[in-house]
Amino acid sequence: MSTDKNEQLGQSSLNGTSRVKRGLAEMLKGGVIMDVVTADQAKIAEDAGAVAVMALERVPADIRSQGGVARMSDPDLIDGIIAAVSIPVMAKARIGHFVEAQVLEALKVDYIDESEVLSPADYVNHIDKWNFSVPFVCGATNLGEALRRITEGAAMIRSKGEAGTGDVSEATKHIRTILGEISALKGKSKDELYVAAKELQAPYDLVREVAEAGKLPVVLFTAGGVATPADAALMMQLGADGVFVGSGIFKSGDPAKRAAAIVKATTFYEDAAIIAEASRGLGEAMVGINVSDIAEPHRLATRGW
Amino acid sequence: MAGSTHPTVGVLALQGDFREHIAVLGALGADAVPVKRPEELERVAGLVIPGGESTVMDKLSRMFGMAEPLKAAVASGMPVYGTCAGLIMLADTLLDAIEGQQTLGGFDLVVRRNAFGSQLDSFETDLDIPVLGDPAVHAVFIRAPVVESVGAKATTLASLSDGRVVAVEQDNLLGTSFHPEMTGDTRFHEYFLRKVAAA
Repeated sequence: MSTDKNEQLGQSSLNGTSRVKRGLAEMLKGGVIMDVVTADQAKIAEDAGAVAVMALERVPADIRSQGGVARMSDPDLIDGIIAAVSIPVMAKARIGHFVEAQVLEALKVDYIDESEVLSPADYVNHIDKWNFSVPFVCGATNLGEALRRITEGAAMIRSKGEAGTGDVSEATKHIRTILGEISALKGKSKDELYVAAKELQAPYDLVREVAEAGKLPVVLFTAGGVATPADAALMMQLGADGVFVGSGIFKSGDPAKRAAAIVKATTFYEDAAIIAEASRGLGEAMVGINVSDIAEPHRLATRGW
Repeated sequence: MAGSTHPTVGVLALQGDFREHIAVLGALGADAVPVKRPEELERVAGLVIPGGESTVMDKLSRMFGMAEPLKAAVASGMPVYGTCAGLIMLADTLLDAIEGQQTLGGFDLVVRRNAFGSQLDSFETDLDIPVLGDPAVHAVFIRAPVVESVGAKATTLASLSDGRVVAVEQDNLLGTSFHPEMTGDTRFHEYFLRKVAAA
């Protein structure tokens, strides 16, 4: 094959571009990303059909109950998980902690989650994600927040929900809010978009791009409180591109079975008969906390701005 | 695009970037539909297996009775185009699979999963593909597989400068390690639709 020609062309090869970063998230669509805290759990997740795993030290439910400062995981733990599976491995850095992000990039994780589930390291600035070759996913509760994260270089957005609760109501609210605000933009005339950008507190060019495309320029997953196959299907029917499941799997009675069931329901989200079948005999779901029982200052979704 | 009819072409929609393929095929005049169930496969004249996670596609296709109909479709000569995970699904032999992972097979190839490394090694580059002519194709590789060995029945369409094979053809089958559905260059999809029209 005209190798000479391709030798020349090969010199144009680029890593860490926006297209490559956003592209991996495109490949995860329609899938379930599962929180894991050990290599064994990562294997269980992969075998159950996870499209990727999120390596962390404690699942959000434990962070919530045990308290204390939650930080990036031990590199040994992340290495162990990377070695155990062949699907993409994500890991969490604290909001604004760009050195944790540098460490995770050095460990060659496939995606970094700049996450409100961990204790923020900076209450003013998020990480400048353009400085990295590894892509980032960030949480958002509304469109303005999503667009600010994309402006900082996020290559994937997930609605925040309220992590570690098993209560899906906040995830529902956030995905509905983001998609509702996108719909509202679509109806606006060009001159109205200047005001929309002001109100969203996001750059005008990005607001116009979203208004024209009718969607975010990056993949939008949902997260925070998903615990059952029906929860996952609800997120997909509401318009999410895919689902993160945190404490919902490994805090339940039969993680392997529940994980596989959530995968099935995510693919066949519009087929109630399949969701019903997947929901049978899963054992105990995670116990859960109603978000309304958590005092405002203890809600993780309020971290990040 | 070849042919004046509008062939119905399916895109396997178990997981991955199937909507992007549907959009490209639709823009080229095909009647592109998602395929998740055996009865949906029966209605299409050709099939694209998209990018995504091959372990998940394999599991779901076996769990929901799609694997056998898909194998039968490949064996019957239905035109099938696999990108990235789709190429993995079509390979006769798979390296670096997870335990128990199966492929549909049919394509006389040995394919290696995640051949370049982690996401940090994902890249985009220009690629000369003689069968598509000029200009070069802009190719995006995302945790991509490569073809380690091309069997007697298959043909190489393109290789990287280091010789690694990244685009292949075998009668009605077409495979690329990279993602033409992501770049707006529709020549691979047009090439595939000509196979569908000729089948």
